Amino acid sequence: MSEISLLAMPSGRARPLDKVPRLSMAQLRQAVLEAPSRERRVSALFGRPAGDKVELILVLSADQDGVVEVGRAEVEGRSFPSMTPDCPQVHLFERELAELWGLKPEGHPWLKPVRFQRPLRPGPDPFGRPEGSAPQVGVTNFFRVEGEEIHEVAVGPVHAGVIEPGHFRFQCHGEHVFHLEISLGYQHRGIERALLGSPRPLHLMECAAGDTTIGHASAYCQALEALGGAKVPARARALRGIALELERLANHTGDLGALAGDVGYLPTASFCGRLRGDFLNMTAHLCGNRFGRSLVVPGGVDFDVDEARIEQLLTRLEAAWRDVSGAVGLLWTSASVQARFEETGAVSTKIAGELGLVGPAARASGLRRDVRKTHPSGIFQFAHIPISLMHAGDVFSRAYVRALEIERSVAFIRNQLKELPKGPAKEKCPPPAPNLLCVSLVEGWRGEICHVALTGEDGKLASYKVVDPSFHNWTGLAMALRDQQISDFPLCNKSFNLSYCGYDL
Amino acid sequence: MFRAIYARLKQGHRTARYPKEAPALPDRFRGPPAIDLAKCPAGCQSCAESCGTGAIDLKAQAVDLGRCLFCTDCSNACPAGAVTLGKEYRLATRTREGLVSHQGMIELAQPLEKRLRSLFGRSLKLRQVSAGGCNACEADVNVLSTVVFDLGRFGIQVVASPRHADGLLITGPVTENMKLALEKTYQACSPPRIVIAVGACAIAGGPFAGHPEVLGGAASVVPVDLFIPGCPPHPYTILDGLLRLTGKLEERAAS
Repeated sequence: MSEISLLAMPSGRARPLDKVPRLSMAQLRQAVLEAPSRERRVSALFGRPAGDKVELILVLSADQDGVVEVGRAEVEGRSFPSMTPDCPQVHLFERELAELWGLKPEGHPWLKPVRFQRPLRPGPDPFGRPEGSAPQVGVTNFFRVEGEEIHEVAVGPVHAGVIEPGHFRFQCHGEHVFHLEISLGYQHRGIERALLGSPRPLHLMECAAGDTTIGHASAYCQALEALGGAKVPARARALRGIALELERLANHTGDLGALAGDVGYLPTASFCGRLRGDFLNMTAHLCGNRFGRSLVVPGGVDFDVDEARIEQLLTRLEAAWRDVSGAVGLLWTSASVQARFEETGAVSTKIAGELGLVGPAARASGLRRDVRKTHPSGIFQFAHIPISLMHAGDVFSRAYVRALEIERSVAFIRNQLKELPKGPAKEKCPPPAPNLLCVSLVEGWRGEICHVALTGEDGKLASYKVVDPSFHNWTGLAMALRDQQISDFPLCNKSFNLSYCGYDL
Repeated sequence: MFRAIYARLKQGHRTARYPKEAPALPDRFRGPPAIDLAKCPAGCQSCAESCGTGAIDLKAQAVDLGRCLFCTDCSNACPAGAVTLGKEYRLATRTREGLVSHQGMIELAQPLEKRLRSLFGRSLKLRQVSAGGCNACEADVNVLSTVVFDLGRFGIQVVASPRHADGLLITGPVTENMKLALEKTYQACSPPRIVIAVGACAIAGGPFAGHPEVLGGAASVVPVDLFIPGCPPHPYTILDGLLRLTGKLEERAAS
């Protein structure tokens, strides 16, 4: 077959929309199916209105080459042949196309709604629900295993812990889990729809996933800056990088503590619970808010630091690092912890690749995927953080990758604070220019955050797609539970710690 | 074993001396906005127009802390430096109207009525429901159970089931998709029960107010007994609210 022409472009830059090649659906299909063999993965696949038709935008990530490849195709009619049987990593993107645009991927092996939201255009429902009725969350078919002594365990949407809502169905034989199905959508707040038009205040993006405030705000600002042609000062880039790594430190530390708690190892659980707060307090020392609200703004950062504050941050960083390395180190010398972490919830490199996993979950399964290294933007163009890699893909690997990343993030922040560039921390960000497309990738603590922004004739946002790393990774958690004990679910879940609201938007 | 004991010694005692001592807050802590009307240029509406949630009403000289995200939009927009963000962290109220601040003053929460206080004052078990929350409010509720805040020493505990609970602690704007689950959880919690709304979303919808996908706060589904504003509220703001409601701060001050 002939080579498909796609537009190769770096992340965080804008290109004229008419430079994005128009493909036939057959060519788009070929580009998707060939992606894995060309060492590409699907970062985004979404629809946008084109007259009375829907135009699909495809974004492939070429990690080896440090570029993204973009193409588009108009869908004729209200269906297309599903690509999922040959390329499983698009399974949720296709379900989303069905839910939002009424496009039926013919032959999709498990066609169900994603978020139980209203469609964006009228027409027959691809899931066979009565036309015009409001979708009922969780009302759908679930995969069932049948046979003697097989039983089903349903959990949620309201869970036992202080966490977000989601519905989980386990197909079990005794303690043994054959299959886990995860059904979400309870947190859907209509973020993507509300972003269209003139750039909105940042708050919607900051609340897309509150524990990833800096990650999503950075991706959004990077897109607006590219569309408007803003020059972000070097000092702002460094401060954004520091904030992003502080976010990673807080979450990784908290999760390692929670993993310890899930196996009943209380010293680390207790220490890390406190230390997570110390990292959040460092972010608050930067901007007054523990989650970094209002810190990252279009054009730079809204809070600068003086020499005294840099010194205070360095002192706090060293103290927190000393305590974290001690607390986390206990995990690796405790046989009871190791016995529970090792060989629990393993996701093989093959499965992780086929599902398109990202972030620490992908790196724990041996996939070299880290946007900071492969698609660097901002400060990461100048300061490199090595990719932390493990291979077994079990709870231990996911925990250990996080521990390695804590060490490397601390080193990065230390260096950046000591060599913070001089100059302003913010420049003006001009309004977006018309008819542009920008793909903005940021490595949040859960993995690749992908925002795709398109402007219309009037320079306003005509389409805005948000792909949280959790969108790729929830299926990874479902696969991790295969042939495990149901009592290992909390442990597996926490080793991924995925976002409900980031997925539901 | 010895390593764990050594680590324990190194980590030290970490529980804060609050409420005996004032909490340690960041020096850049962002409390309620205060507007110095004397400095306002004639006819200027910059702060009110900049506010993404419509929290500022200059005509009524009021700021609605229930809608306020405690961001920097208003203070950045003011051409005269008339808007400053205060340092007050004690912000919980018993009524929605009580959150409307005039000259920085709000009606701080009074303790529960006598009967409820005799039931819940010494032991309060709460079930948390996130109904569209972004996980920031949830995280700063969760942190109250760590050694730093040690919620248990005040007789307050987050429990795993509404059947075990004396009330609900709700976060998020209440999405359409969580309405039924929230109602059912409330019904599963036997009366007398109390409801606490934590964060701008649970109080007034936060940045999602007006979205057809959300209902605009906990009070649109269940009656609310305590409102704790912020985006998210600082853990000490939440703790202060819980202690006020159960009458613990009075007791401590008296003893």
